[in-house]
Order: sequence, then structure tokens, then C-alpha cells
Amino acid sequence: MKFTKLMTSVAVAAGLFAGPVAADDMRIALVVKALGIGFFEAAAEGAEEAAKEIGGVEIIYTGPTDTTAEGQIEVINSLIAQKVDAIAVSANDTDALVPTLKKAMQRGITVVSWDSGVAEDGRQAHLNPSSNALIGNMIIKLAADHLPDGGEVAVLSATTTSTNQNIWIDEMNKVMGNYGGIEVVSTVYGDDLADKSYREATGLMQSHPELDAIIAPTSVGIVAAAQAVADAGKIGQVNVTGLGLPSEMAGAIESGASKSFAIWNPIDLGYSATMLAHQLATEAATASPGAEISIGRMGTITLDDTNAAAMADPFVYDSSNIDDFKEIF
Amino acid sequence: MSLTDNAPRHIPDRLRSPLQDKLVSWESLLLAVAIAIFIVNSLASPYFLNAWNLSDATFNFTEKAMIAFAMALLIISGEIDLSVAAIIALASTAMGVAMEMGAGTPMLVLVGLTTGVLCGAFNGALVTKLGLPSIVVTIGTMSLFRGISYIILGDGAFRGYPSSFSWFGQGYVFWVISVEFVIFALLAVIFGVVLHKTNFGRMVYATGNNATGALFSGVRVDRVKMTLFLLTGLMSGLAAICLTSRLGSTRPSIASGMELEVVTMVVLGGVNILGGSGSIPGVVIAAFVMGLVTFGLGLLNVPGIVMSIFIGLLLIGVIALPRLWTMWRKKVG
Repeated sequence: MKFTKLMTSVAVAAGLFAGPVAADDMRIALVVKALGIGFFEAAAEGAEEAAKEIGGVEIIYTGPTDTTAEGQIEVINSLIAQKVDAIAVSANDTDALVPTLKKAMQRGITVVSWDSGVAEDGRQAHLNPSSNALIGNMIIKLAADHLPDGGEVAVLSATTTSTNQNIWIDEMNKVMGNYGGIEVVSTVYGDDLADKSYREATGLMQSHPELDAIIAPTSVGIVAAAQAVADAGKIGQVNVTGLGLPSEMAGAIESGASKSFAIWNPIDLGYSATMLAHQLATEAATASPGAEISIGRMGTITLDDTNAAAMADPFVYDSSNIDDFKEIF
Repeated sequence: MSLTDNAPRHIPDRLRSPLQDKLVSWESLLLAVAIAIFIVNSLASPYFLNAWNLSDATFNFTEKAMIAFAMALLIISGEIDLSVAAIIALASTAMGVAMEMGAGTPMLVLVGLTTGVLCGAFNGALVTKLGLPSIVVTIGTMSLFRGISYIILGDGAFRGYPSSFSWFGQGYVFWVISVEFVIFALLAVIFGVVLHKTNFGRMVYATGNNATGALFSGVRVDRVKMTLFLLTGLMSGLAAICLTSRLGSTRPSIASGMELEVVTMVVLGGVNILGGSGSIPGVVIAAFVMGLVTFGLGLLNVPGIVMSIFIGLLLIGVIALPRLWTMWRKKVG
């Protein structure tokens, strides 16, 4: 039958394409929430960089089509079947991946999570892009760097109950003593809505004419505040900073409404996750509370009580590097 | 086709097509595809022919196939249920609530199945009592059922199911034969017998071929349809038990998008989406085809989007083939 012939030739062709699997290579799988997301493509770039630096490491960059736990489980099952040496995963679900990842560990595969973590018993270590203390310090430092003589700053947050933002602002207040002459005159809430954030930012500039900077530790707020500053004709007078996405902030950097802002660097994150997975898989380091693990050019991380660690300060984006990152995420 | 072909005494299992007459049956064509995929996979990856790996691969389709069996009957009868994935979410959430209240494993199973049946009853009542089209009703209940899960859970999760509960989704009956695979195999036999060997099965075909004709022949069409909605709900509840047990936790986003994969499996299995024809062996082979394709491509680390494209082409291909054949025959003849 013609059909059978066709399938046989397809089979032979597929067999030829597959090629031999290099046995001496260590294979580290970078599993992401879903393929086709700029942030994760950039992380894969970082992973390749780490692989090149280590040598003899093959990176398998993979993930489901949609951000579902079920899709990730199918991907992880196929990685277990391939007997990869390590899996570094950014999880779609803290809990649902645990049974599958436990199975991976039982079969001798090193498992670490990064970015979005897995519950403690489903991984050996977790790498956070940063820590609350580092973020809290960074957002005030970004404002202070451009105010050598001190000045008035205001905070535009998300909602009054946003856990992350509240912790970061608390952490910021703890280190205010290190930045002499900087005074936080007001904290307002834009509820992570573009229009409300815009109105609150405009209100800040009206009630504090001497305002020098607006700190928005939220990606919605920072864009709205930059727009408000531009519309009020106060570019150069009020600097908008905080946490934002390069793709959304490129315009504000270009216009000067924002001199700099911060967010994690996905390339560094992919690089560090790969380094961490490699260190654990080669048993150059063991995952236990208090362990200090070297992650190449990113320095050393220290695991806490839950075997989690913070990679570094949030990465600062300004006019010198925004063009490289605005296409990525 | 003349009207006399559809006389009540003679209702074919499958509508006759020139392709079938001249060539092979749908099932043998699918089987050839499945075997070809198996061979390609074995050649392409050194990891494919491994009992444990193949066992792991069955989890890619067992839960979906459980629902697909009931869905096949429902589609043959001329209806459809797009809310099955949402029923899983609601049943899983109900089990989570029961677990929080201290229910043991038998109680959790009961809650899961009951929730499924109740959801099926709701769909069935709207379709048969109010006479609404099932595609509209179940698109509505798809949002409704999952919406209730979101209201109960928000961005939280239920975790901490009893360890005996993990038997369904993580247990093995014998060596590499998983509990889920045994359930899948048993259901395949049961549904095969019900559809192809019982009066009820004949009524399902009759309803799908010509509901009015069936009604005048003494088939209680609404009762058949109601039963099938209940059955689909029950199977969704069962799939919810297996999936929840396998994941060990419940989130409202559980099983999102699964309804389309179930319908794909049914249609790939040769069931006419307009009702009236189809077979359970076809659906069983389609389940294996889909499972083997996704697992095989996964072993080669083919990105998921390419897998979706492949499944999509496979589906369009198998649907278009008989039609193209007919057109070609007409042209030549």
C-alpha cells in the first residue's frame, strides 16, 4: 500500500535525522512556564552562555505551549525518560509538579527551581531572582543616585493590600538611613490600574511642587507615572523610577521621564539557574541550609532554611542598555 | 443516498463512504498510523522502547480517553459537551473542600463522582428539557463550573490529600501497569460493549442518525441524551479523581483546555462530528496515536507548539482524506 511505503520512508528519514546522542555530555534541561515568551527566551540565552563557560554541557530548552501544570508534567516526564542529568524549572504550579519532580529525583536527576518556585519537597534548591531586602534597597537607591543633594520622593504603589509591594516598601524604609537628605513625602496607591495610577501621579506633582522623584515598585504604576510626568511637562524635574519592564519603559527612558529603573535580568537568571544545577549535579556542592554555592560570574549564593537563595540585586536598565532588552521582555 | 437506506431496521454503525468500500476501514488506517508512529519513535529516540518510559507516556492520554469514551457516545447521538474540563475543575475543587472537612479517600471518590454526575445532569436538563443546543449550553456551563472553582479557590490551592488517595493517579497495579491504564482499558471494553452490543448502543446511533425517525420508532431520544450527559459527567468526575490524585493538589486552572483535546481524540477516532457514526476501537487507537505522538516528539525535545501543529495537521488530514477521495472519485468516474 502506498500509504505504508510513505510512512516507512518517513520512519527511515526520522531515524537518520536523530543522530547519535553524545554520551559524555552532561544534559541540563531548562523547563520554562511556556515557550515563546521573551523573558524565558532570554533566560535560555543565559543558560547557553553558562553551558559554554562550563564546557561539555548540553542545554535542553523546553516547556509546554500554554502555562499549564499538566503540560509541564508531560514535558518533565519526557525529560525523565531521556535520563537528563538535571532539570531547572520555572513552575506553573507550586504543588502540582511535586509528585513528578519527586519521581525525577528518585531516578537520580538533580532538580532545582528558579524564578517561580516549587514546594520544598519537589526540588533540591530554589533560586529567586532577588530578595525583598535587595529590592527594597534598590528602589530607593535608584532615586537617590540621581539626587546627590537629597530631595523629596514619593511612592506610587499598587493596592494597599499588595503583599509584595508592602514588603518592598517596608524594606525600603529600613534602609532610608543610608540615604541622607532623601525624604519620602507621600505614599499613594494606583491599584495597578493605569488610569488610577496616572491620576495619583498627577495628584502627587500638584500637592508636592518640589517633588524630585516618584518611585513605583509596580510595572503598571511606573509606566503611568512616566506618562503623567511627560504630560505635566515635568521631564527633567521629576524622575520616575522603580520596577518595570524594558519593553514598556523604553519610551520613558528615551523621553527622559525615567532616568533608570530595575527588574531582574532574565539572562543572568537563566545563567545562574544552569550554574546552580550544574554545581549540584556534579556534586561540587550539596543543597543544604547555609550552603554557599558558586554560580560563576554572578558570584556566590547562600541557601536559606528552605534551601532557597537570592541571585542578586535587581538589574538596572537605563539609556545605555534599554535597546538591548526592550525586544526581550 | 436515498431515503430507503435509512429505514429503521437498518441503521449502519458507520455511514458508508466510497473510501470505506474501496479501501480500508477507518480503524485499520488509524492502526497503520499508530504502528508507523511507534516505529518512527523507536528509531528516532533510544529512550522510547523502555517499559517505564512507555508507562509514563500512557499518562499523557489515559484521563482524556476516559472522558473521550463517553464523549464519543454523546457526539454519535448528535450532541456535544464542551464543559468536561470545567467539570474536572469543579469536581476537583469539591474534593478539595471535602478533604479540608476531613473526608477520607472513599468519601473523596464519592464527592468527585457525584459532582461530575450533577454537572452532567445540569447540562442534560438544559438540553433535553429546555431544548437548547448543547454546544451553547456547555460553552456556558464551561465558564460557570470553572467560575465556581475560581470563587472558592481564588489564587489559592488545596493540597494535602491523604496518601491513600494518591493510588489512583500515581499507583501501579502490576509492574509498569498503572492504575489509570487499567481503568482506561476496562472502560474501553465496557464502552465498546455498550455501544456495539446493546440495545442502548443501537438507540445512540439511531438518535444521532435521525432523531425524529428514532422517536417515531419508539426510542426515547431525550432519555438517551440525558443518560449520555450523565455518563459524560460521571467520566469527567472520574478523570478529576485521577488527575487530582496525580497532581496531589487542586487549583482552579486544573485541566484547562482539555475539552478540545478530548474532542480532537474523538474526531480523530473516526466519530462523525455531526453524529450518527463512529466506534470505540477507533477512539482507543486515536488515544494511543495522540499519546505516542506527544511523547515521541517530547523525547526529541520538539517544542510543544510544533506538536500542536502536528496534531492539528493529523486531524485535518484524517477528516479531509475521505472527502478528497470522494471528490476525486467523482471527477474520475
